[in-house]
Amino acid sequence: MTTVTKHLANPRELEEYREAVRARRGAIARTVRVCIGTGCAAKGSRRLYELFREAVDESGADVEIEAKCVGCHGFCERGPIVVIQPGDIFYQRVEEPDVAEIFRETVLGGRVVERLLYTDPATGAVATTEADIPFYQAQQRIVLAANGLIDPRSIDDYLAIGGYAALAKALTTMQPEEIISEVEKAGLRGRGGGGFPTARKWRSCRQAHGSPKYVICNGDEGDPGAFMDRSVMEGNPHSVLEGMIIGAFAIGSDQGYIYVRNEYPLAVEHLKIAIGQARELGMLSENILGTPFSFDIKITRGGGAFVCGESTALMTSLEGRAGEPRAKYVHTVEHGLWDNPTNLNNVETWANVPAIINRGGDWFAGIGTERSKGTKVFSLVGNVVNTGLVEVPMGITLRRIVEGIGGGVQGGKAFKAVQTGGPSGGCIPAEHLDSRVDFDELTELGSMMGSGGMIVMDENTCIVDVAKYFLGFLKDESCGKCTPCREGISQMLYILDRITHGDGEAGDLDRLAVLADLLAGTALCALGKTAANPVLSTIRYFRQEYEEHILNHRCPAKVCKGLFLYDIDAEACKGCGICRKNCPVDAITGERRQAHVIDQAICTKCGTCLEKCPFSAVLKV
Amino acid sequence: MADSDQLIEDIVARYDGDVGMLIPMMQDVQAECGYLPPEQLWRLAQRLRVPLTRLYGVATFYASFRLAPKGQHEVTLCMGTVCHLKGSAEIMAAIREEFQVEPGGTTTDRLFTLQGVNCVGACALAPVMVVDGKYYDGVNRDSVLDLLRNLPTTEEVAP
Repeated sequence: MTTVTKHLANPRELEEYREAVRARRGAIARTVRVCIGTGCAAKGSRRLYELFREAVDESGADVEIEAKCVGCHGFCERGPIVVIQPGDIFYQRVEEPDVAEIFRETVLGGRVVERLLYTDPATGAVATTEADIPFYQAQQRIVLAANGLIDPRSIDDYLAIGGYAALAKALTTMQPEEIISEVEKAGLRGRGGGGFPTARKWRSCRQAHGSPKYVICNGDEGDPGAFMDRSVMEGNPHSVLEGMIIGAFAIGSDQGYIYVRNEYPLAVEHLKIAIGQARELGMLSENILGTPFSFDIKITRGGGAFVCGESTALMTSLEGRAGEPRAKYVHTVEHGLWDNPTNLNNVETWANVPAIINRGGDWFAGIGTERSKGTKVFSLVGNVVNTGLVEVPMGITLRRIVEGIGGGVQGGKAFKAVQTGGPSGGCIPAEHLDSRVDFDELTELGSMMGSGGMIVMDENTCIVDVAKYFLGFLKDESCGKCTPCREGISQMLYILDRITHGDGEAGDLDRLAVLADLLAGTALCALGKTAANPVLSTIRYFRQEYEEHILNHRCPAKVCKGLFLYDIDAEACKGCGICRKNCPVDAITGERRQAHVIDQAICTKCGTCLEKCPFSAVLKV
Repeated sequence: MADSDQLIEDIVARYDGDVGMLIPMMQDVQAECGYLPPEQLWRLAQRLRVPLTRLYGVATFYASFRLAPKGQHEVTLCMGTVCHLKGSAEIMAAIREEFQVEPGGTTTDRLFTLQGVNCVGACALAPVMVVDGKYYDGVNRDSVLDLLRNLPTTEEVAP
């Protein structure tokens, strides 16, 4: 933790302060960095940190050693992760008993503990540093660059890596319009999902009449399967603040809000600490860095409503009301929060801003495709070998992400689809895996960029069940304000429910298409308009699977209960009788130590036998 | 009574009486009381000069607000996409059956309050369950039931 005592009156003092911090850092000979991101923390990394601290205290070494907590490295699959400096030695799946050995061998002795290194399962190659690991090799990190390096609770750490230099540059050497032009040159588009050009939004808000003007950071990351923004807010909160302050200066705002999901208490804690430190040092509040510009930020926790990720609903929520959206023909950049001009961007969008100001719009625009610039952070999850957070240049193919970085499908199973864009997105099948990550290309495929959830599904996934899952989610989360969304989603869900229970009817797919069209054309907000995407994209690519459910009452993936049979593998069955005793309808017969048999005429397909069999002899067929 | 008056005064002061901060204020009441007691909502409404119906609307709109006291433990099962793919629906069904509790409800012995959350944002840990703020990764039906059966009651925790 940092104790900030100084109020920096101008950029020169900031640089002096930074140099002092760096000089102090230079004296530290060894550093132990323990990841306390959600994944690693769940596997006990906080305890590892304490043990390292104790080891440092007790070592009595004559060099200065520092143990620190850092944000998410992204490779959550292999957590807890501990990195030792010098050498960038990357230890994975570290457990409590390993701490003493790491400390003795690596920290004090400078020797590598081989067994804790990452071994590539494909090639058997052992990786000593992060750069040697295939998971990281295709990545390009801008937003996540400092995650895993700095203690998110220390403004000194952020300053040491060049933090707030962009702010000083923007405030003292650039006019607001120049900043907007730089962001425009960068081609930055909104990372929350829609992909609206950030500079255009900023300029509209700057030019809008009315004051005060507000800037908002949307940290209500509600898409299931997504945790990018969480990791940025938890792992590098100052980068979000710095982006917001620069944006506020460009727009002419003096009040900002960060709206954080209720499920992210650690993000709230780290942002609060960061805001406190920024105020103390003079980066927030009155006369920032001695300039006439004043700006401050408040944090609001969401109440647990998915719809509040929609910009107008979020603003309604910030006004202390039930978060219902309103029609978008009234632009929020003119009439937003409290009816004043308001500029809302997503966490990742804000976090890109300091890098653009530091390195220039041209540099940023040099990364990516013609119309999608920069990088995008994805949470690569589901049935994939390497789950975690990845930041890739726009234009990379889905295949490189899933197979290259992700290491392919878990357990040697076949790939079925990758889902992007959350409940507004769609499922992309194997034949389109060579498509590029690009706002427009993904939309053409019937999915969307979304905020960055990327869920890999294997052959055991029922695509109809997935569509039903998303509609169930949206039915729960629909705010109920407009009829098409409230009633339309329920109707679609009703049809899908029938299909997954074997009661599908010919014509159901057409009915779904009609309802989808109605939703897209008439729902009030983007969530309703896109609600049918998971259904439409799966019908588009997996029509046969739907028809199999509807016409033949079969679930090819054997997920939908009742649409497949249970059978006993006579070879594997030991004749223990557990299934027979547990069968609620006495459909199973067999002598002790003889293979048992299920009478399909009696079986209700409840699945109890499968759950109870200790020898995995009950099969889905 | 004076204490609860003071609670609302403190909370309102914390946000400079800004009605826009109604949701954080209600979150603070809930953090303090464990739920939103009707008398506190009534006092808050009076103090902010807004109709009680508006507070009720907010309380019922957002999933995180509770109008009834919670159990001794808070159990949250993630129902996000990845957890769904990895079997969270069956886990939920097993909890409901064994403990006779619905999502959002509390067991009759008040041992725990069950929540199903549409993604807790820890997808690399799927399926994931959070008990009193602690994350449990890669859970399954048996491990969850085992964990819940062995939750300590307050009496056991107290010295």
